[in-house]
Amino acid sequence: MADVPRHRALGLTDAQVLEMYRYMALARAVDERMWLLNRAGKVPFVISCQGQEAAQAGAGFALDRGRDWLCPYYRDLCLVLIWGHTARTELLAAFAKAEDPNSGGRQMPGHYGDRRLRILSGSSPVGTQIPHAVGIALAMKMRGEDAVCYVSFGEGTSNQGDFHEALNFAGVHKLPVIFFCENNKYAISVPERRQLACANVADRAQGYGFEGVIVDGMDALEVYRVVREAVDKARRGGGPTLIEAKTYRLSPHSSDDDDRSYRSREEVEEARRGDGIERMRQYLVSVGLLDEEAEERMRQTIRAEVDEATEYAERAPYAAPETLMHHVYAEEV
Amino acid sequence: MAVKLYIEAIHDALAEEMARDARVFVLGEDVGVRGGVFRVTQGLLERFGEARVIDTPLTESAIVGVAIGASAAGLIPVAEIQFADFILPAVNQIISEAAKMRYRSNNDWNCPMVIRAPYGGGVHGALYHSQSVEALFTHVPGLKVVTPATPADAAGLLRAAIRDPDPVLYFEHKKLYRSVRGEVAESDDPVPIGRAKVQREGDDITVITYGLGVHLALEAAGRLADDGISAHVLDLRTLRPLDEEAILEAARRTGKVLIVHEDNKVCGVGAEVSAMIAEHALFDLDAPIRRLAGPEVPAMGFAPTLEKAYMLSVDGVAEAMRALARF
Repeated sequence: MADVPRHRALGLTDAQVLEMYRYMALARAVDERMWLLNRAGKVPFVISCQGQEAAQAGAGFALDRGRDWLCPYYRDLCLVLIWGHTARTELLAAFAKAEDPNSGGRQMPGHYGDRRLRILSGSSPVGTQIPHAVGIALAMKMRGEDAVCYVSFGEGTSNQGDFHEALNFAGVHKLPVIFFCENNKYAISVPERRQLACANVADRAQGYGFEGVIVDGMDALEVYRVVREAVDKARRGGGPTLIEAKTYRLSPHSSDDDDRSYRSREEVEEARRGDGIERMRQYLVSVGLLDEEAEERMRQTIRAEVDEATEYAERAPYAAPETLMHHVYAEEV
Repeated sequence: MAVKLYIEAIHDALAEEMARDARVFVLGEDVGVRGGVFRVTQGLLERFGEARVIDTPLTESAIVGVAIGASAAGLIPVAEIQFADFILPAVNQIISEAAKMRYRSNNDWNCPMVIRAPYGGGVHGALYHSQSVEALFTHVPGLKVVTPATPADAAGLLRAAIRDPDPVLYFEHKKLYRSVRGEVAESDDPVPIGRAKVQREGDDITVITYGLGVHLALEAAGRLADDGISAHVLDLRTLRPLDEEAILEAARRTGKVLIVHEDNKVCGVGAEVSAMIAEHALFDLDAPIRRLAGPEVPAMGFAPTLEKAYMLSVDGVAEAMRALARF
């Protein structure tokens, strides 16, 4: 068994694990492009996924894109790309253009939503999506469907009342929800030790009567494994799981933040050495699935995709001002 | 036609909507085994089962938040907040989420859900079981707010709220639960949201009100009629969206307007109604618009003297009506 590569032992094909890596690299490239556009004065705001791609990729592949539901949070760029969004849709959102499927340019970038793909629209007050996921899971249970609902949030959000109310509710009713905490160590400037009195967010699961699991969020395959287990359990009627993926936010909180005021460059550089994308790249090289040539091809394809998306989104029209009054209520246009 | 108590009309309409549409379910504190602390949901658990009549933990924000998620997934939740006073922990879910879901998703998602909450005083409920909180929500685009005053409207507006594709706050005045009886049609027709109703025709003064105020105004109007003063009473029924046409018509009819509500005056619904009349019908008025509303105190006290001093009364409404008629 020793020579069976990890991904195959987990049930992932070679093509799937390469695809997982491609999504991580694509998410990073889209994210970096948004920063570039922001610093060039072309898009007013960016909120990043950098450092959290591996956690999102592992989770995204463990779910079923054909039936499961997402209540993502604003750093889940890699996840929504896996779920069917593209560089183009997210750059349309960054440029706030009418064709943006998330909100038609109404919301800031990172506020994902798409009914066609079962991604419930999210807002900015953190944690409000957690009870929504419980409600979706309740509907699944009531209708006897075997879909699960995945909801993600940061460790800072795990201090919100909605986190507690939602996890308790899901625990009482044994609902098929995957609570996925992307612990990136910072709530804007406040470090983990000033946010949590317990050692891990996952420890809190005990209070809700279900399992809490800690996973290295920089290891996409390990995240895949634990999320897959939680999903299988939820589909079998075994109830919710709280998973805490330990990651690191490599970028400032947003384009309006300066993280030099609250953490050292050495700390960030140290975290960068453990970047989940690099770890996945090394893994693929080690099992012979990726070489320099293949990597260069992938890089160029991604670059072309992001370039095309940028050009398209920049040229795309904004929402007409007269649409301001549309969709406050149904059929009101 | 059947004659029902206000509370029976709510119960029956809810049960009928649940029977009519399998997507409708109720959730809230004590709504199941106990049948609700006021008994609005009595018997629903036995009839529809615990999957559709859900006793939740004590958790107002999740009651509304879970309802939002369930509605997104295709169900029609009727969430009960046990007392309107306890709705405040859920305000983030109501205002940031339910009210904005359709708008923020550019019409991709919506929230077809109802939040029922008993409100109002006069039942020894003291500060935290007596409040009128409707004005907190009438300010918010994306929400609809209804406040039925009669059994027929309680039934019809609940049906309309359940069938509405957007979130509706349904405030039921708890003093009316067992004190008001009225005819309710056998049909399951909804009462359209956004339409006021003339509850009494008159020519000398107009009273615009809602909820318990309707009954006070109607009784006061009966007294005034004995003195030859003819009062026109308009029941708003829906507080958002307001029925502008009906409000202006009622104002123009007599040229003298008194707005009555139990909620306190400052930035209350009466302020908006008054502004609407001032903007569109000022030159049809024969007197300044007057408002009779709850006092500017945080809430009513438990002591009967304090509660009585807070509450509107038939005497007080009649006096305000007479004063306006004399102007």
